[in-house]
Amino acid sequence: MNCTEFLAKLTDYFDGQIDPSLLAEVKAHLGTCHHCEVVVDTTRKTIDVYRGAASYEFPEELACRLRAAVMERCRATGKLPDIKLKGSEKPAGN
Amino acid sequence: MALQTTSAAKDPQHPIEYAPVAEAQTEISPDVALVERAQAGDSAAFEQLVTQYERQIFRTALHITQNREDAEDITQDVFFKAFQKLHQFQGNSKFSTWLVRIAVNESLMRLRKRKSSKTVSMDQDVETDEGSIPRDFAEWRPNPEQNYSQTQLAEILRKTIAGLPPGFRTVFTLRDIENLSTEETAAALGLSVPAVKSRLLRARLQLRERLSRYFRQNEATK
Repeated sequence: MNCTEFLAKLTDYFDGQIDPSLLAEVKAHLGTCHHCEVVVDTTRKTIDVYRGAASYEFPEELACRLRAAVMERCRATGKLPDIKLKGSEKPAGN
Repeated sequence: MALQTTSAAKDPQHPIEYAPVAEAQTEISPDVALVERAQAGDSAAFEQLVTQYERQIFRTALHITQNREDAEDITQDVFFKAFQKLHQFQGNSKFSTWLVRIAVNESLMRLRKRKSSKTVSMDQDVETDEGSIPRDFAEWRPNPEQNYSQTQLAEILRKTIAGLPPGFRTVFTLRDIENLSTEETAAALGLSVPAVKSRLLRARLQLRERLSRYFRQNEATK
């Protein structure tokens, strides 16, 4: 297996969807190719760092506000009963 | 949240864990009962569905649009559209996948409006060869989290993912950040599984290449 062939299998390797015989070839290649070893390591870190990022916070206050707005729009269609929401949100008036 | 990581993929040979491949096709979603109640006009059931998925939908919209105000508007619009079309949901896919698909469409539409003269679609720029072949082979040491403050790191991540073509950014977001399976991602985007795999590889490699400029060993600037 050369580097190009390895790269073609990279997604399946990461996702654990690789045939066992191919996995042996992939591991053999990784054992001898430092460049591909670095690519695997830094690609894994790329995914990890995005997953762990705190830049996409969704505070409870925002959740409540969006939920109240959604429910109000839905009730305004007349297709949902006009019931009280949890918390302090007032029901859409009729 | 209905999406799950499971112990099935905890093979140390495979560094990334995802839900089993067959889940999207075989799972009987616990949402079905809630959806049926909501379809019958049960307000509490619909609100519960909103509560369950609002975080995922907001994050998906934010990743694609890279704009918090847009993501807030889109989150509202997604659930309102879902409510209006609830009778059309047949349960052939997961309810969450159905919602994500609406969110992706709404997000891409918002990008189109922002760049009114440009077309923005899942196919935009995906033919580019940039990042398809790794060029940077420097190791990252120490780990990025240790080298930057949370604020600095967040800004680097925001800049690097914002530079990806929307088609790549969306696939990476659903598959690697929101942890959808390849099949769920394909269903949510209306793409084939091979197309998702191809775009995911290139998205991952492009992001790796871009982050390497910041994180490579011996990088002097912070």
